[in-house]
Amino acid sequence: MGKFSENLRELLSEGIDAQGLLTVFKKELADHFSSYRFLILFALIAMVSLISAYMTGISLREELEGIAKPKFVFLMLFTSTGAWFSLAQFVAFFGPLIGLVLGFDSINREKSTGTMSKLVSQPIFRDSIINGKFLAGVTTIAIMLVSIVLVISGLGLRVLGVVPGIEELWRIIIYLVISIVYVSFWLGISMLFSIAFRSIATSALASIALWIFFSFFVSLGASAVASAFSPIPSSGAESETIIRHARIMEGVRLFSPMELYSEATATVIDPMRKTTKSLILMGPMERLSSARFQNPLPLSQSILVVWPYIVSLVALTLVCFGLSYGVFMRQEIRSA
Amino acid sequence: MATQTVIETKELSKYYGQQAAVEGLTLQVQEGEIFGFLGPNGAGKTTTILMLLGLTEPSQGEARVCGFNPIREPLKVKRLVGYLPENVGFYRDMTARENLRYVARLNKIPDRTSSDKIDEALDIVGLSGEARKKVGAFSRGMSQRLGIAEVLIKDPKICFLDEPTLGLDPDGAIRMIELIESLSRDRKITMLISSHNLEQVQRISHRVGIMIKGKLVAVGPMGDLAKEKLGMGKEKYTLEEIYMKYFHEV
Repeated sequence: MGKFSENLRELLSEGIDAQGLLTVFKKELADHFSSYRFLILFALIAMVSLISAYMTGISLREELEGIAKPKFVFLMLFTSTGAWFSLAQFVAFFGPLIGLVLGFDSINREKSTGTMSKLVSQPIFRDSIINGKFLAGVTTIAIMLVSIVLVISGLGLRVLGVVPGIEELWRIIIYLVISIVYVSFWLGISMLFSIAFRSIATSALASIALWIFFSFFVSLGASAVASAFSPIPSSGAESETIIRHARIMEGVRLFSPMELYSEATATVIDPMRKTTKSLILMGPMERLSSARFQNPLPLSQSILVVWPYIVSLVALTLVCFGLSYGVFMRQEIRSA
Repeated sequence: MATQTVIETKELSKYYGQQAAVEGLTLQVQEGEIFGFLGPNGAGKTTTILMLLGLTEPSQGEARVCGFNPIREPLKVKRLVGYLPENVGFYRDMTARENLRYVARLNKIPDRTSSDKIDEALDIVGLSGEARKKVGAFSRGMSQRLGIAEVLIKDPKICFLDEPTLGLDPDGAIRMIELIESLSRDRKITMLISSHNLEQVQRISHRVGIMIKGKLVAVGPMGDLAKEKLGMGKEKYTLEEIYMKYFHEV
């Protein structure tokens, strides 16, 4: 409380410390771009996405030969699974690693080398340090993702020979923004750990453990929890039980940011999908009409469908950063 | 010459849980003075410095640095005070110059003017030849001198030096002490030196304060303390003797 009122008072008397923030931001950004870990990570991700985009492109071209070109071919570059996996799946799964690698030692390394006590004794707000670091991380993530998507689009143009339409461009841009928020969430998590734990190894392990937990175990756990609460008998299951089972599973899954992200981008990047639900119950007439009118969802409707997920993802990211902010502002910093 | 009080504390205390790190510290330091802040490890010297810089909040009491309350107006205090932490750290993959440039920018000194300041500061501490070397290759003594150069960048009125001679070889320690003394003399910087190395601090301090277990047990010029503790007759005294007397009393 005391620290907060102090900041408020200082904010009123000194104004916002844009210069201090900018100085930290520039230095951190330069650090990211000159670090080996960034280069390695970038090379790895660029390589995997290039290869998978190329494979997808080739197989798409074969499939599309001789038939009328469907709408949104260009987006299929990102969603069609091709040989192994789609690019969207790849970002959902490995995107977190970018955030984790950029943030897991951002605060505790400075503490252990003794540069943090120097930073906090300079005439800048303490917020400028953490804000500058977070913004530099987000900028790095944005540059990385944008350049990868651009490269893939360029490759797609060559392999497929299709030019994306305006709506497709918008969809890609929205997809990029959601992805940046998603990876920034993981940056926030790893920064929180680097504030909370003194040792760099601990914060790295904790971040990776959390990533594994959310990526693998939550979906496994979801079906286990659903089976426990609403078991489906091997024969003669009632439709209500099945619905309840699916609802519980979905509810548990949403605890995972990865799931949240997949849902949030689902209808945006794949307009042929009309809902994020995996279990759809419909009668014969509905089935008939949905099979006959295979039209894509308009952009505004696509966003409407996933809006709650986007909001939750942004909120989660903000909560996570807010938590790191709060802890860091209160922490006493001594040279170790 | 009327001297001005630049550091003032009143009944300053800091508790960590039940443990008192600093208790009832009342102290005044005058402008231009070299004040030796002595005590064993864990006596509360660093905690006091952190409170004076506004980096930690006192549990009780009040501090003033150049008339500013470090808790209410930390930026004003940090603009005037240079702090050399114990085990000062640098960005190891940046050169000495780049490290100083970063600190200059954090102090909102434009690059045009900071170049000269950086050259001057490196010259004073005798690191001009190493300006373009990466700090990762620096020895302990060089890092410590670079720490002094970094403090000088912002033209401080007051310097808090936390264990400035810790881990230096005898020659390096003597050079460090002489450097501190010359800065105090030439630039009229008030120095607060925390140390447990009595012999070195004794040479340059105008006044000393002895802190043991969070309490300031004695403060004054060394001659006065010697008289009080060792008796009038003694011509030659060392700080060590005085210190040990106090130490055994507590």
